[in-house]
Order: sequence, then C-alpha cells, then structure tokens
Amino acid sequence: MAAKTIISRPVYGTLSPQPGKHHLFIADAEGALAITDMARTAPSGFFDGAEIVFIPGPDGKHAGALEALKPTQFHLAPSFASLLPRLKQTLTNAHMGLRLYLAGTEGLIGQAMQVALEAGIDHTSMQTEHRGSLARRMQCVHCKGITENVTTQPATCSHCGLLLLVRDHYSRRLAAFQGVCINAEDRSEIPPIEEAFP
Amino acid sequence: MSTGTTKLDVVVSDVVPVNELVTRFHFRRRDGELLPTFSGGAHVVVEMRDGERTRLNPYSLMGSPLDTREYTISVRRDDVGRGGSLFMHRAVKPGLEMVISYPVNLFSLDLRARKHLMLAGGIGITPFMAQTAQLAGAGGNFELHYTCRTASLGTYADVLQQRYGGRIRLYHDDREERIELDRLLSSQPLGTHLYVCGPAGMINWVRDRASALGWPPETVHFEHFAAPQPGAPFDVTLAVSGKTIRVGSQQSLLEAIEAAGVDPPYLCRGGVCGQCETNVISHDGKFIHNDHWLSEEDHRSGCKIMPCVSRFEGKSLVLER
Repeated sequence: MAAKTIISRPVYGTLSPQPGKHHLFIADAEGALAITDMARTAPSGFFDGAEIVFIPGPDGKHAGALEALKPTQFHLAPSFASLLPRLKQTLTNAHMGLRLYLAGTEGLIGQAMQVALEAGIDHTSMQTEHRGSLARRMQCVHCKGITENVTTQPATCSHCGLLLLVRDHYSRRLAAFQGVCINAEDRSEIPPIEEAFP
Repeated sequence: MSTGTTKLDVVVSDVVPVNELVTRFHFRRRDGELLPTFSGGAHVVVEMRDGERTRLNPYSLMGSPLDTREYTISVRRDDVGRGGSLFMHRAVKPGLEMVISYPVNLFSLDLRARKHLMLAGGIGITPFMAQTAQLAGAGGNFELHYTCRTASLGTYADVLQQRYGGRIRLYHDDREERIELDRLLSSQPLGTHLYVCGPAGMINWVRDRASALGWPPETVHFEHFAAPQPGAPFDVTLAVSGKTIRVGSQQSLLEAIEAAGVDPPYLCRGGVCGQCETNVISHDGKFIHNDHWLSEEDHRSGCKIMPCVSRFEGKSLVLER
C-alpha cells in the first residue's frame, strides 16, 4: 500500500459495499482479488445491480472468480484503451446512484478515475483499492509524453529520451506522476538506476 | 464575541408582508456603503433588542448575491415559538436601527456540480432564493422542487415561476401533491448535487432516501436552523467560570450562559455550525438534543451538548464552560 508523502500522492483504501442499486467495478490483474474479498461482506443480491469490467494480467488469472460473483454484466478487456469507449458510454448514460469501484494497479485506477472525473463523479465518491504492481504512469514534464509502467528510479522518457526523476507529485487530471530531468546540469552524469516500483 | 460574528450597523429600509405568515425585511448599511459580499445559502444573525431581552436569531439571506446594496430576509411568524419572529413582525418597522452579523455560509453551492437539484419545504425556500439568483446569473443548471401547505402559503412560488418557469416544480399539501422522491433521485445525471432545506422531517426523509439510492454523502447538502425550543426551566453549573445559572423556559441555554456574562463561541445559533459545542462534565437527568451537528453517538454519550438549541431536564448538569 502506498504511503502518503506529499499531498497529491494518491492514497487508496479498501473496497467496501456502498448503498445503492448500481455498482460499476473496473479492475485489472490482482485487483480482482479486492473485489472477491469485498464480495464476502456484501449484502445478498449486491451483484444483481453490478457490472464488472476486468483486464486480466499477464498470468490471465481471476476472470473465473469474478464471473462466479454473477454480476448483471461481465466484460473482459485486453487493455484499458480497449474498454475506454464502453466506459465513457456507460458513464454518459448513468444516473446519480451509480457507485464506482476501482481496483488494481495505480495506472488502471488513475486512468479510470480520470474518465469518471470528466463524467462528473467526485474523486472522494469513488472506492479504490490498490493491488498488484506499483508500476507508475509517468508524464515527462519537459516533452509532456506519457510513459506507461515505469518501474525504475530514475526512468527514461519513452518520448524524448531524457532521464527523469519520478516524483510522488501526481496529477489526477493527467492520471500520471510527474517526471523531471535528473541530470539537467550535466547530461553525462548518470545516477544509478534502481528498481523502485516493482 | 465570536468567530465570524463581526457586526454590521444597519437600518430597516423596508418591511413587506408577503402572505399571512411571512414578512420580508430589507436592511441597508447606516453609513450608506455597500454590504459585504455573500454567496447563496448564507445567513446573518439578527440581534433583536426587546426591552431587557436580546434575542439572536439566524435568517438566510434571500436577495441576489449580485446586489449588495441591501440584504433581505423573510421571517415566518411562529405564534408558539420563543417570540423572536413575533418581535420581528410586530416591532420592526422601516427606519429602525438594528445590528446584524456578517454573513456566514454553512449551506453553500458546490460549484463543481454539473446540476443542482434543490428541494425546499415551506420557509426553507429562502436560501434557494439567493442560490437560484446566483446560479441563473452564471448560467447554472438547476431545478427546484418546492413543497408548501397551500398555494397562498407558497412564499415566493409566483416570483420563482415567473423568473425560472419550468425549472420550478410546486407541490401543494392541500391538493395532496407529493414529490415522487425516489423517481426524482434516480433520474439525475452523474455530477448532480442535492440541496434540501425545510422541516427536520423532510430533511431526514430526503437524506435517507438519497443515501439508500446510492448518492454519496458529499453530494447531499442540507440546512435546517432548529429554532431553540421553549421548555421547563433548569439549572446549570458552569465549571470553568464557577457560576450556577438558571435557564428560563423561554431562554436557550446559550442565551442563559451569555446573560451570566460568559462569552462562548457561536456562529449560527441554530444547531448547525458546531461552534458552541460544549463538553458535559457530569449530569443527572435527560438531554433534549435538538441540533443537527452532533452524531447520534454523541447524543447518546451524554458527553456533549449544543447550548444554542438543546435543553436538559433533571437534577443537575455541569458544563465545561
């Protein structure tokens, strides 16, 4: 679980069943376990009004466990990009009373939250739980390019090639941590690169 | 003296009867300057000097926040209350010099909302008068559902319909018109915020239904100034100031504390803001909690009281004040 370092660094909670009749779950990889754990405390019939959208991890696990919860709708998606049009459509047609639950990697939680914020849901109204990889989605503050799945500190920008210090400074609007050039004074100075976000 | 209660010297510039129960009062600054800016939902505390007695009652500002030449409040006459509204109706005439507090807003609009859904009951319409004016001036998206006993007691219903047409929906109790709350709450677009002001029963009903239908608590806003209720007199020991006082039947505990020369903090005087929250050191008897600030747990614990609206019945009460 991520510790709070600076105020913008997101902190995640533990999914808990909210009142209401419409529940939308978006999860990737081990985020599925957050949903199955929550299901143990959910009132009976809770998943009758639920939709689960799941992006399996590289191991391909957990889809069966989620389907076994018998949500009203269950969808598998190969990537966040592939589920985006459907998610936008769902949120556009949704009404107050829809509760959103996001579970899995920070990249997934952040990107789904970004779409939900645009649809008018306040970030404090969303249930989140971090599970699995700590890999970060990073924005290079110099070229503005986004690099996905950053696991090292520092990390190389996949767009402009600068070596970036991955900060805890997070943007909900961009759903990304900020990366700042670590050797701007002398580009030949290369600090050791360590695995920081496994 | 208290946080946020800086005073304004005003003169009553107009008194307008609105219907058989409600009268509107207009205030201007005595020095002719503009009044402080406020936002829709704000209230002022009006000082009523009634002979020996001073009452301090909160009233929502109902004028447009875009016009600060004057403040307007509407007061519903309560013939069985403690006399504040009767004093306003009988004794306050144009030209009277009065003192009011700076405006304080405990019921403000969340301007991030995509849509504002407002539910008013009776005199609870007043904060919405200011909020609708504020939103209409900025092209805001709102819808107001207003329940009143009869058409003639539908204070400002005509004004609102004239200004905003179909955005105002009226429900008259005497015609058995009831708001279809569940359907209304279930058909709002994402990003809607809910505002409710009216009798306590209505507020509780709306909050309960909104919660059950999945509205996050941060999207539900409510305000209910509980007028201090009269009751049997009771004695209180103020441990910090070393005084024992008697709270009269028509007096609030807060007023009795102030009358004894102790100056506790306050803001709304209506059980809403939390400023006057007071710790109970010991008690032998029963609390009559009337506030909307303390949790049910706090109420049950017997460790806290809101002296602006709550009372006590029993042998002894010692407060940390």
